[in-house]
Amino acid sequence: MRVSRKLFALLVLFAACLSPSTAADFKVGLVLDRGGKDDKSFNSSAYEGANLAKSKLGIYLKYVEAADDNAFEPSLRAFAQRDFDLIIGIGFAQKEAVKKVASQFPQKHFAIVDSEVNVPNVRSLMFQEHEGAFLVGAIAAMTSKTGKVGFVGGMDIPLIRRFEMGYTAGAKRINPQVEVLANFVGVTSEAWNNPPKGKELALSQYDRGADVIFAAAGASGLGVFDAAEQKQKFAIGVDANQDWTKPGLILTSMLKRVDEAVFSTIEEAKAGKFSGGVKRFGLANNGVGYSFDQYNAKILSETVRQRADELKAEIMNGKIEVPDYYKLNR
Amino acid sequence: MAMISQLLASTLRLSTPLIFAAMGGMLSERSGVINIALEGLMLMGALGAAVGTVATHSPWLGLLIGMGAGLAMAFIYALLVIPFRANQIVAGMAINMLALGLTPFLCKMLYGVTGSTPQISYPEQFHSAPLYLAWIVVGLCWYLMKFTPAGLWLGFAGEHPEALEAAGIPANRIRWLAVLASGVLAGAGGATLSTFLSSSFARNMAAGRGFMALAALIFGKWRPIPAALACVLFGFADAAQIQLQGVKFRGAEVPVQFIQILPYLVTILVLAGFVGRARAPKALGKHFSTANERE
Repeated sequence: MRVSRKLFALLVLFAACLSPSTAADFKVGLVLDRGGKDDKSFNSSAYEGANLAKSKLGIYLKYVEAADDNAFEPSLRAFAQRDFDLIIGIGFAQKEAVKKVASQFPQKHFAIVDSEVNVPNVRSLMFQEHEGAFLVGAIAAMTSKTGKVGFVGGMDIPLIRRFEMGYTAGAKRINPQVEVLANFVGVTSEAWNNPPKGKELALSQYDRGADVIFAAAGASGLGVFDAAEQKQKFAIGVDANQDWTKPGLILTSMLKRVDEAVFSTIEEAKAGKFSGGVKRFGLANNGVGYSFDQYNAKILSETVRQRADELKAEIMNGKIEVPDYYKLNR
Repeated sequence: MAMISQLLASTLRLSTPLIFAAMGGMLSERSGVINIALEGLMLMGALGAAVGTVATHSPWLGLLIGMGAGLAMAFIYALLVIPFRANQIVAGMAINMLALGLTPFLCKMLYGVTGSTPQISYPEQFHSAPLYLAWIVVGLCWYLMKFTPAGLWLGFAGEHPEALEAAGIPANRIRWLAVLASGVLAGAGGATLSTFLSSSFARNMAAGRGFMALAALIFGKWRPIPAALACVLFGFADAAQIQLQGVKFRGAEVPVQFIQILPYLVTILVLAGFVGRARAPKALGKHFSTANERE
């Protein structure tokens, strides 16, 4: 008797474990980059988008964080082999893995952020980072009193060079004499996870006279914010809205709406309207921009915002052409 | 001039975690136990200190907890390599892997986030204390090795454990204590990463510093003061590349990739024997069993 009761309890438990996957019919697998779900930046933004889809659309969501670059392919394949309908790879590092796995599972839908994969069942979600970086570069130059602004990049890759180039162009547009100090944390993917190094780079830039620093460095950017706090100077966040992390010190954040891109992709795929190819997110469709909320309301002045919005309009109607690292280095 | 003082300050900051870890490695290796696990011990210390500081609002208590976390990990390592006689390189790597996986897992259990802890507010961080503490530890290690019987025993455990045993002092007990102490010190080194050089734990934040400390130890020929100075040299190479990044040389920018290999280049030159031969303790990496155990 007791044994059968135990068995029954076990069965109930088993059923309980299974039920979420049977209740929701649309399954999404999310493979995050090295920074992890809580980098408060790029990956957090992707996760938020997927989570929003979970609560709004009732999808079944499962995410994995890659421990190293070799984990991407098996993670993607594990989702594809099971009954996942849409598999999303976050970050440029998954390009080859997505390409390979998507070719092997042509009936499944895939998406990748920050890289172009030319396989029909893959949607490439690309952002016009240089346009957003241009705006925060202009904001930095308008706010700087020393005429020097800083840039701390994570891993030295074309994507981060694209941020840097846009940022520099934006700062020079406001003040042609402005000096931009640019540093990179490293050349391996460890560079996204090294806040002590990010802090050290930022301290050195502040010491050399920069009074606003744009951090495009994943979790290493948190070290830049620490330096801003120590020196009581401004920093600019990236990807997600990071203004809340150090209120009054984060001048603004360059938004890259990975959450939007992920959400809309899930929404369309669930409605049966998935399409492959490249989908671009820029100023025009609010895919990139700058943040303004209660945390930076006191430090980001009305006049600065007005000028930034003018620049935004000029980029959109083609009056300003923001230099694009991708196009210049092809 | 300002640049030189910044360079010096940056050098001292960056060498602090290395010094703690190198002193820990020194104790362990002089007793005859290879300590390739420094990286993992640092990682545990970094997590322990961040968790402790977040919970107690005191970096000092956080430091203690970080040291305790390093100690706990070192206990596992000592257990593997001393009584169970596992290969020290393999066991050391296993400890590093374990720490790499265990730290995000613990974060998930404690805070529901993977791989990071909440931020430690500015007043609750260390501001300069670890800089001095590191050199106090170097002084204590130097004194220990040079003037105390314990230091002598430690040296003998790594050179001639049989002789030590013949003198009535159990060599493996000395090795146990040395490995546990290395966990405490490497844990303190890790603690400086999360509570002094930044304001939270980040996944894999040791970023190779444990191996750098090991290289510095070899560069310093397993002696406390030269090893500490080697840490300063590595810290300097790191600080210099931070200051030199983006600097123009004859109109062309020095590529960051080149600057960033500097610390590793220094390490290779050292290991290749360009600065005199480094002689390891004779019984380093060799298991010791007492006469009774051998029978």
